[in-house]
Amino acid sequence: MGEPILKIRNLQIEGFADEQWKPIVNGIDIDLNRGEVLGLIGESGAGKSTIGIATMGYCRPGCRFVGGTIEFDGVRVDELTSAQIREVRGVGISYVAQSAAASFNPAHRLIDQYVETPVQHGVLKFQQAAKNARAMYATLDLPDPDNIGKRFPHQVSGGQLQRAMVAMAMSCEPDLIIFDEPTTALDVTTQIEVLAAIKDIVHRFNTAAIYITHDLAVVVQLADRIMVLRYGDLVEESKTHEILNNPKEDYTRDLLAVRTFRKNSEDLVSGPVPLIDINNLHASYGGEIKVLEDINLSVEKGRTVAIVGESGSGKSTLARAMTGLLPPSQGTVKYSGIELPKSYKERTKDQLRQMQMIYQMPDVALNPRQKLREVIGRPLGFYFGIDGGERDRRVKELLEMIELPTNYIDRFTPELSGGQKQRVCIARALAAQPAVIICDEVTSALDQLVAEEILKLLDRLQKELEMTYLFITHDLATVKAIADEIVVMLRGRIVESGLKDEVLTPPHHEYTELLLSSVPEMDPHWLDRLLESRATVN
Amino acid sequence: MGLTRLIANRIAFGLITLIVITLLISLALEALPGDFAEQRLGQSATPETIAAIRAQLGLNEPILVRYWQWLSNFLQGDMGISLSNSRPVSELLATRLGNTLFLAGASAIVAVPLALFLGILAALYRESLLDKLISTSTLAAISLPEFFIGYILVALFAVNWQIFPAISSISDNMTLGEKIYASLLPIATLTFVIVAHMMRMTRAAIINLMQSPFIEMATLKGLKRGRIVVHHALPNALSPIINVIVLNLAYLVVGVVVVEVVFIYPGLGLLMVDSVTSRDLPIVQACILIFGATYISLNMLADILSIISNPRLRHPR
Repeated sequence: MGEPILKIRNLQIEGFADEQWKPIVNGIDIDLNRGEVLGLIGESGAGKSTIGIATMGYCRPGCRFVGGTIEFDGVRVDELTSAQIREVRGVGISYVAQSAAASFNPAHRLIDQYVETPVQHGVLKFQQAAKNARAMYATLDLPDPDNIGKRFPHQVSGGQLQRAMVAMAMSCEPDLIIFDEPTTALDVTTQIEVLAAIKDIVHRFNTAAIYITHDLAVVVQLADRIMVLRYGDLVEESKTHEILNNPKEDYTRDLLAVRTFRKNSEDLVSGPVPLIDINNLHASYGGEIKVLEDINLSVEKGRTVAIVGESGSGKSTLARAMTGLLPPSQGTVKYSGIELPKSYKERTKDQLRQMQMIYQMPDVALNPRQKLREVIGRPLGFYFGIDGGERDRRVKELLEMIELPTNYIDRFTPELSGGQKQRVCIARALAAQPAVIICDEVTSALDQLVAEEILKLLDRLQKELEMTYLFITHDLATVKAIADEIVVMLRGRIVESGLKDEVLTPPHHEYTELLLSSVPEMDPHWLDRLLESRATVN
Repeated sequence: MGLTRLIANRIAFGLITLIVITLLISLALEALPGDFAEQRLGQSATPETIAAIRAQLGLNEPILVRYWQWLSNFLQGDMGISLSNSRPVSELLATRLGNTLFLAGASAIVAVPLALFLGILAALYRESLLDKLISTSTLAAISLPEFFIGYILVALFAVNWQIFPAISSISDNMTLGEKIYASLLPIATLTFVIVAHMMRMTRAAIINLMQSPFIEMATLKGLKRGRIVVHHALPNALSPIINVIVLNLAYLVVGVVVVEVVFIYPGLGLLMVDSVTSRDLPIVQACILIFGATYISLNMLADILSIISNPRLRHPR
């Protein structure tokens, strides 16, 4: 094997938060051989991205190196001058970011951004670099590889853009690539194509790689070795199959066991009238762009209906049309058999109260200048006219219901963690005593262990309060966990719907099949097998 | 909304705005004490002579009637005749407008590249001594009224050192070099005033973009800081920068009034100020129309350019 390409010893990095420097990476050691893929896994705040870009001698603003050594290809990166370090970046080590849409410069064509690294570093002439770019686009299976480089970033799809970024990282054929959550922002079906591209590239060029992700099922497809990190400390490090088959630490076991929660959906009874009945619903933006076509859906009281689909399938728009935020152009929404006015402006307070929403990003959904008393108390005042001591009493009741201490009533929302904030959003929805709660990707922005807790909480509340959920998500693992019924959407239409077991058991609609088979499994050979089976079908 | 519809809309609103402005100006001039006849005759005025001039020029009609006459003539292309010297207004305006555009244009040629350069420099060496020096000095320049800067320049360069003339009288038979020499102090004054705005916006827009993920990507590609700022940040900062540049150009044409008075520069602004003094309504109206039209059309240009500078709109899917 020879000398490792990357050797990190006792790496310590601090971040500036709340007016003081706090450690975010505490003495991490890494050895990485040529051609080896190391997976860094952990929840947010584990310091995995910080370690990844530290190998390039870079700290994000608000962070600083405190100690340790970074040796890349025999050179001490931490001792280089800024001019010398520039010669390592892009040439020796390159970086693939989470969001290609944000990381490509919107003002320049793809190919110009590709050739920039080799040309600026004097590695290649423009013509040669451009020729390489076209070859690399072809290798990564991008459509029309000779011309796609002439497009601007916004002119290609998300998965294509992510692959173009992988191509760009290869422009100087580096010895090491840092992949920083490169598939997290993608739909499951698109994730496959990017994963396959990365795997192919890494093997073909025998490039070493650090693959950073929070999703264990994704990293086991690529990594030879995995490091589990938490709060900037190493929890466990082993070969991939060791981690999967024989985890030593409890935290690793928790990560592996994630999504084992299953809702008990027995004895489903149907009432005489469905709680919500949607008929022939159509909606469009500005009368031109059709986003929903002929939606028919009925929801029984006390059930969880999961609406599944990729981004752009119209699932969030369905929620907006139901709540009247986007008045439908055609069709009806009935609540308990009574037709609701199309726009929320024409609905009565009581009709509004029955349908509450919880959103994906609790950070954005909560006013940072309000205390929980106001956040949760506002619907109490608005719908029931409750205020003063009675309101405080009810807010505390709700806080107990969502398992937060009652003295949190005087806290401002930014003082809470992500999971706690989402709990507060749930309490705010409950305060209106609704019949239906629409959950729009409520666990997507949360770490997996936290997400699981939220799902359990929602399930408990459903049992206690006979709540009905419409659960909008792109995450099939969540669906399997909590749904009673599943509705699959594609391009504004419902392609399949029914009870969970019916939809999840073959035969499926071909799109449902595609979605289901694209969910990564905790099996290192899953990706290879899937690609093989799809290749034989085609 | 399509770009053509946007432009048509803005032109329509612009025309309405212009007409409202001329009406307001007529009413304002009427509200000032004294009229053209009294101002013209001054000390030698007798009630009879004043009445005679008023009758001759039709000043006895109510202001709204006179405004209507002016407007209907104007819409037929006739800008009227100056009350003071009986020459057609269009003839008087032609040379003056040329002079003002020369002054504004020369200032813009100096100020815009200078502002961009200083702004990029300040962003590039952010928080350094150079950045602070640029920021402080431009801030100081913007805080002082332009006539004050003008008088300081006169005191230093015309009175103290006698390098440049204090009065910028230019005429058509001067060469370009002589014209520039004569109007150097007003050009400098205007440059001082508008550089600050444009420079600060350039700096702020670039620094704002420096937080973007694509800048981090450029950094991790190992590019030089100068290239990151000029090649990656600047093209995306163009929209706000173009906006502030065009607004400052509008200010150059309109705000030139004060500077022209300070340096007795024979431009449109000085003509307007003189005409207000003598209550010469047709000339004031014409000047106001030109200033208003310039301001409105440059504002519209700013909007259009900032829309066009977005690559998503220039290169649709």
